[in-house]
Amino acid sequence: MDIYLPIAEVSVDVFVLLGLGAAIGVISGIFGVGGGFLLTPLLIFIGVPPAMAVAASAHQVVGASVSGVLGHWRRGNVDFKMGFIMLLGGLAGSFLGVLLFTILRRLGQIELVISLSYVALLGTLGTLMGVESVRTVLRRRRPGGSRRKLHQHNWMHGLPLKTRFRRSKLYISALLPIGLGFAIGIVAGVLGIGGGFMMVPAMIYMLGMPTAVVPGTSLLQIIFVASNVTFLQAYTNHTVDAVLALVLLVSGVLGAQVGARIGTRLGGEQLRFLLALLVLTVAAKLAFDLTVRPASLYSITTEQG
Amino acid sequence: MNPGFLRRAPHRLGWAVLLFLALASGPARGAAIVADLSTHIIAIGGGFSGDSVVLFGATDGPGDIIAVVRGPDRDMTVWRKGKVAGIWVNAESVTFDNVPSFYSVAASRPLDTLLPPATAALYRIGANNLKYEPVSFVAPDRARGFAEALVEEQRRLGLFARETSKIAFLGERLFRATLAFPANVPTGTYLVQIFLVRDRDVVGGQTTPLVVSKVGIDAALYDFATREAAAYGAIAVLTAVVAGWLASLPFRGL
Repeated sequence: MDIYLPIAEVSVDVFVLLGLGAAIGVISGIFGVGGGFLLTPLLIFIGVPPAMAVAASAHQVVGASVSGVLGHWRRGNVDFKMGFIMLLGGLAGSFLGVLLFTILRRLGQIELVISLSYVALLGTLGTLMGVESVRTVLRRRRPGGSRRKLHQHNWMHGLPLKTRFRRSKLYISALLPIGLGFAIGIVAGVLGIGGGFMMVPAMIYMLGMPTAVVPGTSLLQIIFVASNVTFLQAYTNHTVDAVLALVLLVSGVLGAQVGARIGTRLGGEQLRFLLALLVLTVAAKLAFDLTVRPASLYSITTEQG
Repeated sequence: MNPGFLRRAPHRLGWAVLLFLALASGPARGAAIVADLSTHIIAIGGGFSGDSVVLFGATDGPGDIIAVVRGPDRDMTVWRKGKVAGIWVNAESVTFDNVPSFYSVAASRPLDTLLPPATAALYRIGANNLKYEPVSFVAPDRARGFAEALVEEQRRLGLFARETSKIAFLGERLFRATLAFPANVPTGTYLVQIFLVRDRDVVGGQTTPLVVSKVGIDAALYDFATREAAAYGAIAVLTAVVAGWLASLPFRGL
């Protein structure tokens, strides 16, 4: 059954959308990421224009991360001070990201930038996850293997504005979380993702935060960054399709809760390896589409005359 | 209501008017041609999958009919992909102004037997006879190449009709045609131009408007999203937050 998306001005199968939303929801619930990084490319595959896919993903990420943060908050796993300081950078970054999106769209290059960014991001992420999960499995087979040093001092610890973060048990420069938030905010604005899949490893390895408080804190600031992106996309580019967003939201938030159930029950390594495969497949498909000669060399963009 | 009935109703109306015209003494004195559409509005709703409109009318004597359907004009940028460092990117572009967003032709006989090319060009009959003016200066050869690509791309999208559709005559003076519109038809005010052709020349004509518009909740949404973008954005964010909160409720305390 097709439904007409009034803003995107295309018709898509409503069951495909529902299935997609639910599947992404389950994945995000299992792995504790927003899922936007998979949702946008998949929406593009089923024929939603990239600009609309980006905006709808940002909208869906807001719902998914509110749902997630509430869960983590009840367990006391949110570092609010860290979250809000990262947010300062995140909001500024997402403003810049949406502005960049608008400019690239006018230049006719937004689809290319979205595809290329996804190939780079998903390719890197998929490879890292795959390597990591294989290494963990191998390490488990060889007991007594080398253990990595927990904390290292480098240039980042020489920065000014040192601040104490009690929940994270850290004493670091406030510029670090601000800068991290800023960089991921830009990506969020252009790609319509919360950036959780980049934020989580950065918080663990760059900032050195304890793993327990990372997902909640990252989701907290993603709520605000994704809200800002959704609002700005609606306001400046008119690309938020209410019908598309609603269908994805409903199936997505329910899927996320189911996923969270599954995630607590299943062991991590094999699942993480499967996710890595999925991510790499999406990246490979996007990369392939970029290099294959298109059926038509020409395309048209229309402005009100 | 039965949607099938709705779809057929305009056709019946068309025939009724056609019958009336046949019984009456012919077209109004002075006009060589009288024509109308079964409806002047195409409504795009939730399950819209294209529509058709019946064009009917009468002439004051033997002759042929050509009908041109023209959607609202738009500025269109044609992008040409080129291979840069192994990947296909939008490399070149030419922007044309006042290109019809939709274009189709119907005729009672093949166009080339009806009109000499110069006359067809004069009246802009046929997608290749439209004026494609680049906004800024572009070498004529290049502009022509991009204009041809524009026509081809619009045909591929179904927005420029590939085939001339058939106008049927009932006897010598009554004519009738079905004008088809695809699911992706652009919204706005269309013009349907009807030409009367005799001896390879246009001897009469009439123009009638047709409005394509979104209706119902889709139209309301679209209007709200473009006119009150800030409020729409705020509501979108709020919906997402509330949905996220609601979804977490049944799982509280777990």
